[in-house]
Amino acid sequence: MSTVFSASTPLGVDQGAFGPFGGMFVPEILVPTLQDLTHAFVEAQSDPVFQREFEDLLKEYAGRETPLYRCRNLAAGTKATVYLKREDLLHGGAHKTNQVLGQALLARRMGKTRLIAETGAGQHGVATAMIGSLFKMKTRIYMGDKDMKRQALNVFRMRLMGAEVVPVATGSGTLKDAVNEALRDWSESYPNTHYLLGTAAGPHPFPTIVREFQRVIGREAKAQILEREGRLPDAAIACVGGGSNAIGLFADFIDDRGVRLIGVEPAGHGLHTGKHGATLQKGRPGILHGTYTYILQDEHGQVAESHSISAGLDYPGVGAQHAYLHASGRAEYVGITDDEALEAFQMLSREEGIVPALESSHAIGYALKLAKAATQHQLLLVNLSGRGDKDIEHVMQHIKF
Amino acid sequence: MMKTNRYEAMFARLRGKGAFIPFVMLGDPDIETSSAIIDTLIASGADALELGMPFSDAVADGPMIQRAGFRALEAGVTPTDCLRLLKNVRAKYSDVPIGLLVYANLVVHQDLKTFYIEAAEAGVDSVLVADVPVGAATPFIEAAEAVDIAPIFVVPPNADETAIREIARRGRGYTYFLGRTGVTGADREMQTPLPSRIKVLQEAGAPPAIVGFGISTPEHIRAALDAGAAGAISGSATVAIIERHLEDKAAMHEALAAFVRKMKAAT
Repeated sequence: MSTVFSASTPLGVDQGAFGPFGGMFVPEILVPTLQDLTHAFVEAQSDPVFQREFEDLLKEYAGRETPLYRCRNLAAGTKATVYLKREDLLHGGAHKTNQVLGQALLARRMGKTRLIAETGAGQHGVATAMIGSLFKMKTRIYMGDKDMKRQALNVFRMRLMGAEVVPVATGSGTLKDAVNEALRDWSESYPNTHYLLGTAAGPHPFPTIVREFQRVIGREAKAQILEREGRLPDAAIACVGGGSNAIGLFADFIDDRGVRLIGVEPAGHGLHTGKHGATLQKGRPGILHGTYTYILQDEHGQVAESHSISAGLDYPGVGAQHAYLHASGRAEYVGITDDEALEAFQMLSREEGIVPALESSHAIGYALKLAKAATQHQLLLVNLSGRGDKDIEHVMQHIKF
Repeated sequence: MMKTNRYEAMFARLRGKGAFIPFVMLGDPDIETSSAIIDTLIASGADALELGMPFSDAVADGPMIQRAGFRALEAGVTPTDCLRLLKNVRAKYSDVPIGLLVYANLVVHQDLKTFYIEAAEAGVDSVLVADVPVGAATPFIEAAEAVDIAPIFVVPPNADETAIREIARRGRGYTYFLGRTGVTGADREMQTPLPSRIKVLQEAGAPPAIVGFGISTPEHIRAALDAGAAGAISGSATVAIIERHLEDKAAMHEALAAFVRKMKAAT
């Protein structure tokens, strides 16, 4: 744990606490709405009718369960076996669909008729637009104007499904500013609107809600790998921006102490350059978007602009449970640079015929590093959180044939 | 005795007349101009000041006050610069209550006790942390009260009676009564507060209610006072005058003075 943190006055977080992290640090006007959401979630978790509808949608609409695929070629010549949890095959093209279905059901249960969401890479925006169209709810997506340029395809997909996409030009014009704008919208629109936050970050109860609705990733993967290999993996690996796909993979392995949990942060141009999004490795504890967590910030407490080739990891904060898993040492957080992610993007395409999202390419990249370094057999479970179609246009600027 | 005395003394001095409290961002558009702006506000009749510390992610603010914060940040204004400016303001005006409006990360990123100690040394009377609701405020309240700073809490239109009682019990100085939902901005007007809601606050023993959000005309001030409020805060409308006259400082001060006089006259 950083000395800066241990020297600070404890904040006494009680609502939604993960060790000293988490909490509900929002303007007073949002508190009643977050409390209503907490109650609705707790009730729904023990309501068989709700759970049944959630499971049906996950199966019939989203296409669960997703396969666990054992790579034929990727780790050839190493001592590692690499399994990919194929969330990229989920309807919508990423793991985001899981929890969006859950939250939209909660929104309907609370009588809300309108959805708002932030998006970085556009995957969460696309998932929200899908469900908005499915449930016939008015949907508005906030997206940084810089992200709208690098993810133009997803902007079109959202609009195609009837969502309104609103560019956010303030601040860095990326994910963090889109979150700010969604929170501002919600402080006025809360009577009829649910803010469908897209990652396991933000104020209580979002880190818990998102984890529980994403837990299915790790639950399935655990059963699948036990069936195939007869044992748990040596490591479970996932990329971390806000941290939803990682917490979804980790949740069912946290008590299995023999399984290393590895979160891969975007190291951008390199961890020493200042141009990265490695919040847990380079940030300091602070309060952003309603939660006490690690934040990339300058020495005065202004939130820094993060950098990553993948818009979905370009976030200067991180979910509070990851902050705790990091501070307590249960999970390890490592970095993969833009270049390494691009390399992994091409490797998986070439070796397995699977084009991964740039976000997920960070997890693949680290798995490759572990595989190459392995001196004895390693069983690696990697969450392939999304497919790469959305990134093709952007990647074309970086690689030539 | 707590320094909330400056608020108490102000309310006593006003003898039932309302307080007009302009809000501006410290260091907008730069420290020197900001200092002169504060002089103009006080010379024109402001009863107290509400001053913001620029922050990169102001979730409770609309575009006008966001832009004020970004102007200050672009001018290189740091929290240390803000504290130095506050100290100078306090040296010039010993009686004017000064409220500081901040976001939580500026308070906690190093050590929250130190933040309050430095604010007290700069002569600040109250601190409102925009993203710390009363339910999460205990360490902030303790750090504030240890140095005689009044912790300010916001009563939004959707606060239930439990929340109102808690705010009444824990707030000092004044109570920030939201004129409407949403974020700061003059584009949407305040809604006339229900006298019954202000009465609930009074009966719960809360510090005097000051209405903020959507206050841009003398009519808004009169409506707030008629409903039983002790005063009103006008932020975005004040900042808009600064923004409109960035290229002509003389005109800026003239327009600010006219605005404050007009608003004060409505109290």
